[in-house]
Amino acid sequence: MPRNDAVWSASDTTPDAIEAAMRELLVQRHAENAAYVPARVLNMLVFVDDAWSGEVANRLRGVGRYHASRVIVLSFDPRRGRIDAQASIAADDAAPGELTLLRETVVVRIGPSHLDDLPTIADPLVVTDLPTLLWSPHGHTEEADTLIGLAQAALVDSIDEPVWRAAIERACSLSERVYVVDLAWLRSTPWRERIAGAFDSGRMRAELDEISSVRVRHHPSSTVAALLLVGWLASRLGWTTSETRAAQHDGGSRTLTGSATTGAGEVALELVAAPELAVPGLASVELATASELRLSLDRGEGGLRARQRERDGSERTWTLLGASRGESGILGEGIRQALLRDPTYRPALKSAQSMLPHTAAATAPSPTA
Amino acid sequence: MAVAQRQAAPALEGANPLTEGLERQPVAPTTLVIFGATGDLARRKLLPALYNLAHDGALPKRFHLVGVARRERAHEDYRAECEQAIRDFSRRPPDDDVLKGLLSNVKYVPGTFDDPTVYERIEKQLDGFESHAGEPLNRAFYLSTAPMFFPVIVEALGSAHLEHHEGAAVRVIIEKPFGTTLAGAEELNRRVLAIFDESQVFRIDHYLGKETVQNMMAFRFANGMFEPLWNRNYIDSVQITAAEDIGIGSRAAYYDAAGALRDLIQNHMLQLLCHVAMEPPASFTAEDVRNEKVKVLHSIPEPTAAEIPEMAVHAQYAAGHAGGETVPGYRQEQGVPADSKTETYAALRLEVENWRWAGVPFYLRTGKRLARKVTEIAVTLKPVPHLAFSAQGSLGVLPNQLVLTLQPNEGVSLKLGAKIPGTRMIIRPVNMEFLYGTSFLSQSPEAYERLITDAMRGDATLFTRNDEVEAQWHICDPIIDAWSHSSEELPQYEAGSQGPEQAAALLREGDSWRAI
Repeated sequence: MPRNDAVWSASDTTPDAIEAAMRELLVQRHAENAAYVPARVLNMLVFVDDAWSGEVANRLRGVGRYHASRVIVLSFDPRRGRIDAQASIAADDAAPGELTLLRETVVVRIGPSHLDDLPTIADPLVVTDLPTLLWSPHGHTEEADTLIGLAQAALVDSIDEPVWRAAIERACSLSERVYVVDLAWLRSTPWRERIAGAFDSGRMRAELDEISSVRVRHHPSSTVAALLLVGWLASRLGWTTSETRAAQHDGGSRTLTGSATTGAGEVALELVAAPELAVPGLASVELATASELRLSLDRGEGGLRARQRERDGSERTWTLLGASRGESGILGEGIRQALLRDPTYRPALKSAQSMLPHTAAATAPSPTA
Repeated sequence: MAVAQRQAAPALEGANPLTEGLERQPVAPTTLVIFGATGDLARRKLLPALYNLAHDGALPKRFHLVGVARRERAHEDYRAECEQAIRDFSRRPPDDDVLKGLLSNVKYVPGTFDDPTVYERIEKQLDGFESHAGEPLNRAFYLSTAPMFFPVIVEALGSAHLEHHEGAAVRVIIEKPFGTTLAGAEELNRRVLAIFDESQVFRIDHYLGKETVQNMMAFRFANGMFEPLWNRNYIDSVQITAAEDIGIGSRAAYYDAAGALRDLIQNHMLQLLCHVAMEPPASFTAEDVRNEKVKVLHSIPEPTAAEIPEMAVHAQYAAGHAGGETVPGYRQEQGVPADSKTETYAALRLEVENWRWAGVPFYLRTGKRLARKVTEIAVTLKPVPHLAFSAQGSLGVLPNQLVLTLQPNEGVSLKLGAKIPGTRMIIRPVNMEFLYGTSFLSQSPEAYERLITDAMRGDATLFTRNDEVEAQWHICDPIIDAWSHSSEELPQYEAGSQGPEQAAALLREGDSWRAI
């Protein structure tokens, strides 16, 4: 659908002036067409390096209808001394008889002298009474921490952080203060749904007590995603998890191995990097039980390929249909999830934290990340 | 040193501990058999809904579809028809891999619905799927056919012993209309329930699958501010409108036999009334919700012949103007008999005779070729008992009115009295508006996506129970009967208008129909 924007910009401006300009733009747009109505769902507050602001804007354009109703981008340039800003209110062309939602974007360009006052710059631009999602896609934890008081949720992607321990500890620390939406966790949603579905029948549910090994293959950058998946199983099934061991292989890939204890015994855990996987996330999950049942899920075209081997040795395969969401779909899902609450992430994160190996692998960047 | 993380073990008995926190709950492996698999409903709604469920990963881990229709065609040809229907009518462009995967699980069985060999061939397909899966699969039989075939198919399923399957659930999903009279509905219920248990029967009223209708329960029961006012002490009247600006299009054969009252009031609009008037259910389970709705229907007295002229109006559209064009009257529409007495407009005044609603009129109206397309519920509150500033000029003071709009722009509007800026205390009504579309990021799924999933999961909350259907007919049947025996000329209204003047006669003194 064609899109049209109303744009305002100013140099050496103030947050109050930007906010007043936004209000004026809204009035203009409504006067232009009564079918234009402002969306009032979610503020998204983004802290980004000026050099990367274009890339972030492109990523946000890709989320389509999951665009936050107001996006406030604080774009940091270490050479900048004054505040410049651009505000735009975009609308799709209105169809007769239908309302068209307006989407608001404010880009505020700031420099080092503004870092101490970030909340006072962002606060006037945040629509009151709407939840606010904070996203700092390129680190900047210090700046993000100064802004966190304005937010109810923080968007992170734990696989972006090359040091696993830093990624998980950052997510743990944030989750003490706000609801954390972790894209690494959301990439595993279809896997978690399919595993839950596989064990939903009465016969299979009994096998949950019998799980004896879990093997997860993952993109080399996505060790944290694999840890979260195993952490999810552990936290949901009441396993006790502990430190894993890391092994480095030829070619730079790593394997984590360890175990969890359950009421019935031990579960062997293995997390293996899969360099052939072209996209971030998981490549396969294999679960085996003490009763010699094996279930594996592999990434495939049009969904996940399931293979189940029964204790009598018979084997069946089928496809669990589902379209890939792509990276822009994952980001859109992350924005949508800011309005929901998943009570299982934090326990999974805590389990993942307990499985971090005490070796350089967890504290040094992954070579393939 | 990392500390071992011991999680409190969720109970492994009972609920699946892995489903906690998941938005999409698992659906048991199912084979869906669609009777009338090449019909309009299947092509436009059911197949696109199944594709969208597949796209979202919301189909069961094993899902198969068997299409049943009269004409002979190969499996491949039926798959090609399914693909075309999905490409034409899906709410999103299909992903080729997902579509291919879905179609690979589709089979076709040709034959007439009264032919016992059809059911043998269906069973053979079902057995084949199960043999491949190595486990019994749930079976859902979807009756997307003309209503005359409902009992034929149900009884044939019974004769073929397909109403039960060891180790799996068997369900039958029945499209509306569920009967065209009270006697017809009772007879159909009797024949269906002679084969299936009520817990296996899912009667579709697709209105209940709409987000907008489900939102009504959220509006009433998740917001503390309305419920204290939601009774005869504060509410003066309730008006439910389902108006369409279009004519009957190509549906003459169906519509002329049905009419406005059967088409919309008997099912959809009485459902809306139930959602407005029901008591808060103890839980959001099928039985609790449906029990409350049935209580409302039982509180509406069956109209007597003497009461009907006072509480029901019917009419038919005449030629007029719509959308800037001259349009024909109903009797001039293609396929409509020139002497048709079928109503294209129906309006009722109903009373819900219980403690909460006694004395509050519920006005229902629906019609074709009215001024505008709108579905809304307007709840008018009683006027304030005393206006302190009436002497200063407050002629514009009107009772508060809460309007829940279901379409086209779903939202809630509250009419309030506000002071006109100036030196005097002069009041005029203003609207406080809320539009659902401005507050959510997600696109609403189609009603059929929700309903098919619920039926496969065995959740009957959004389906109509047998006693609910019969209670609806107890209200409508006497009216249909009186109208069909009436020798009076059927009132006409101009196409594109507000409807017949006669509708005003239903209103209590001081009440008025809202402008469409």
